[in-house]
Amino acid sequence: MTKEVLQPLARPVAGAGGSTGTWRSQRPLLNKDKCTGCLLCWIYCPEAVITREDRSIDYEYCKGCGLCARECPAGAITMIREESGHE
Amino acid sequence: MNSISAKLTDLPDYELIQKGTGACAGCPSPMGLRIVGKALGTNAIMVMTPSCAVASIGMMPKSCYDVPTLNVCFASAGASAAGISGALDVQIAKGLIPGPKPVVFNWVGDGGTYDIGFQGISAAAERNDDFIHFCYNNEAYSNTGVQRSGATPLHAATTTTPSGKNEGKKNMPLLMLDHAPAYVATASIAYPQDFYKKVAKAKEIKGFRYIELHAPCGPGWKFPASETVEIGRLAVKTGAWALWEAEEGRLTISRPTLQLAEGKTKPSPLADYLKVQGRFAALMKGAGKEQAIAAMAQSIEKELAELLARSKR
Amino acid sequence: MSRQIATGNAACALAVKAANVDFIAAYPITPQTTISEKLADYAAAGELTGKYLTVESEHSVMSAVAAAAATGARTFTATSSQGLLYMNEILHYAAGGRLPVVMVNVNRAVCAPWCLYADHQDSVSQRDTGWLQFYCASHQEIYDSIFLAYKVAEQVEIPVMINYDGFLLSHSMLPFETLEQEVIDNYLPVRQPAWRLHPLWGGTFSNVAAAAEYAAYRHKLARDTREALPVIKAAISEYEKLTGRPQPGLIQSSRRGQTGTEGQTGAEGQTGAEGQAGAEGQAGAEGQAGAEGQTGTERQTGAEGQAQVYLLSMGSMAAEMELAAEELTRQGISTAALKLRVYRPFPAEELAALLPDGSALIVLDRNLAYGHEGGVLLMEARSALYGCAKNIKIAGSAIGIGGQDLPVSLLVEEVRRLLEVAKA
Repeated sequence: MTKEVLQPLARPVAGAGGSTGTWRSQRPLLNKDKCTGCLLCWIYCPEAVITREDRSIDYEYCKGCGLCARECPAGAITMIREESGHE
Repeated sequence: MNSISAKLTDLPDYELIQKGTGACAGCPSPMGLRIVGKALGTNAIMVMTPSCAVASIGMMPKSCYDVPTLNVCFASAGASAAGISGALDVQIAKGLIPGPKPVVFNWVGDGGTYDIGFQGISAAAERNDDFIHFCYNNEAYSNTGVQRSGATPLHAATTTTPSGKNEGKKNMPLLMLDHAPAYVATASIAYPQDFYKKVAKAKEIKGFRYIELHAPCGPGWKFPASETVEIGRLAVKTGAWALWEAEEGRLTISRPTLQLAEGKTKPSPLADYLKVQGRFAALMKGAGKEQAIAAMAQSIEKELAELLARSKR
Repeated sequence: MSRQIATGNAACALAVKAANVDFIAAYPITPQTTISEKLADYAAAGELTGKYLTVESEHSVMSAVAAAAATGARTFTATSSQGLLYMNEILHYAAGGRLPVVMVNVNRAVCAPWCLYADHQDSVSQRDTGWLQFYCASHQEIYDSIFLAYKVAEQVEIPVMINYDGFLLSHSMLPFETLEQEVIDNYLPVRQPAWRLHPLWGGTFSNVAAAAEYAAYRHKLARDTREALPVIKAAISEYEKLTGRPQPGLIQSSRRGQTGTEGQTGAEGQTGAEGQAGAEGQAGAEGQAGAEGQTGTERQTGAEGQAQVYLLSMGSMAAEMELAAEELTRQGISTAALKLRVYRPFPAEELAALLPDGSALIVLDRNLAYGHEGGVLLMEARSALYGCAKNIKIAGSAIGIGGQDLPVSLLVEEVRRLLEVAKA
């Protein structure tokens, strides 16, 4: 007998808080030439939007907090102003 | 125990949070949970009480947490985690649920730990129930708009202490240590590898474990989102937040704090930590500023000395 | 089956031990405490199949058992009075979370001022928490209701509160019959929930819901609570068949041939209100009809058919009410006692079906409905009979508050007074 699940459940999904990239007023830009691969940006990113392998950034969800740029010891990430709208 | 590697290249891939959470930009809670997930693995069950970590889950039927999670009532964490842990033991023994037993852990704020949830957590520690209690301490009821808690430090302005708090905070980690549990540790969001190692160590210990994570909150403490880690780091470097751990009651001070306690490194000026936080603006503009900061620095010095003495017992 | 003489709390603990419970949380409060103590003895002797955890408050008791139930465990606890009130927040949580906890509440008056004796203010004040509520009038009903509660709770996934009167039942020694373990295991198989709080099942339990989602969810709980009535009837009926022991229905009449379970009108034996024609309801009726209704539990007056006056109450006073009905009948007022066993969901149609046209209903409450006359049962009964085609006069009052003694003479006098009120 398969019973119906009656409990109030939610399931994990990306974007549970919405397309959080739209919150951004500034975006992080990675200069791959300067990046040493220390991975501090990856471990500090609160949203897990930075890929460990190549430090590529998921702008769909990046909130633009700027922690990655602030903590990058090589200065490989710079924050630039979002002009209008988002991709 | 010393074999735990926290090299960033070696940390597990598993992400406990799904990107696109409802948390504020720069929030320390998902930062901390990412590390907790990597250290504990996927065989885990999380318990939360009302907090920013709950407010940021997203709305039913969506969740940003890729770990089974119980969102329970504010004072319930200690008892609910005990209930889950005990019920798992019995059902695994009866063969109703396959083993191995998942790690049960609470992810609870300072309000749910220092204040409304204290009784239940204290009782769970006294019973030595088998779970980890994480307190992510952002030093206020941030979720409801930043009201004072038992963790709010002296002079910090909140919406219920608009001219600054007149009292100091409880020393919750030491209170928990005096319950004599298997493991107690403090950590900081600015030191993710130290935090990872402590969580990984706690995972291997049975019984009640308590880990408190210092978690600076931009909107609550009034600093820009990009400064979460820097402010956490300043808290440690000034001694305002001490890093230590205790296994079976034996206290060991963690490296950055030990340097300060032993006088090998001079603490950063406390004013450097206070002046970058808007919550101390009144203090920093006030007439008695120098005197107040000197008194705070003195109390830090005293706490570090006591910690050092305890570590040598 | 074996016959025992013990306290109501001992009967309760015996049943809990036999129900294959996985997790018990305990905190002392009079007059519940001896249940927790007995279960601790069983745990110490290795006779419990589950974990026994002593916590530091009733709020934590309910927080622990609700969370344990979320993992799929069969859970139990017991409380009274202030303890129940202290749990209030988590009672809502357990019902809203569809966590089938079973709890015994040994009824006791609430503070202020302090009073240790029985009334129903504690449990009726928790009426709208979403829990099912059963009331017991004998040790046998206490013992039987434990198994019934798990059967129902785990099927509808709504928690059940079993209530019985402090001291009057909890501490008095009375005979009751126990069941063989095999019979119990047969009736109550291992709980197999569709979801568990566990990595193999996954999911985030109870995060924030938008209004539409929340409303749909809560309306479903309300609907499922009402729809638990036929489930309860079926569970009673199955229990009767398995044990061969006649069971009181949702409302039990002291008149032979008149039961609330099948919702018959009494006179013609016709199926009563809509929704009563289900297979479960009929099975229950057969079970009832087959028994003579003369066991220790099921005291019936011997009088058959309809009465002119019906006395509605719940808990141990319902047994006193049967004696009062006998006395009133002797005095020339044909009277039957109605014992309400299931308070939530409220068996409104069954009540309406039991009462003949032109009869009077006297409702005696062991609780106060502040700001209203009498107690909550009077309100419930009025509401249940409003719009009913029959002409039924209703009156009631609150008596036995704080454990005030209820001798038959007092009950008879009060009923006679209320009959005058009902006529007026």
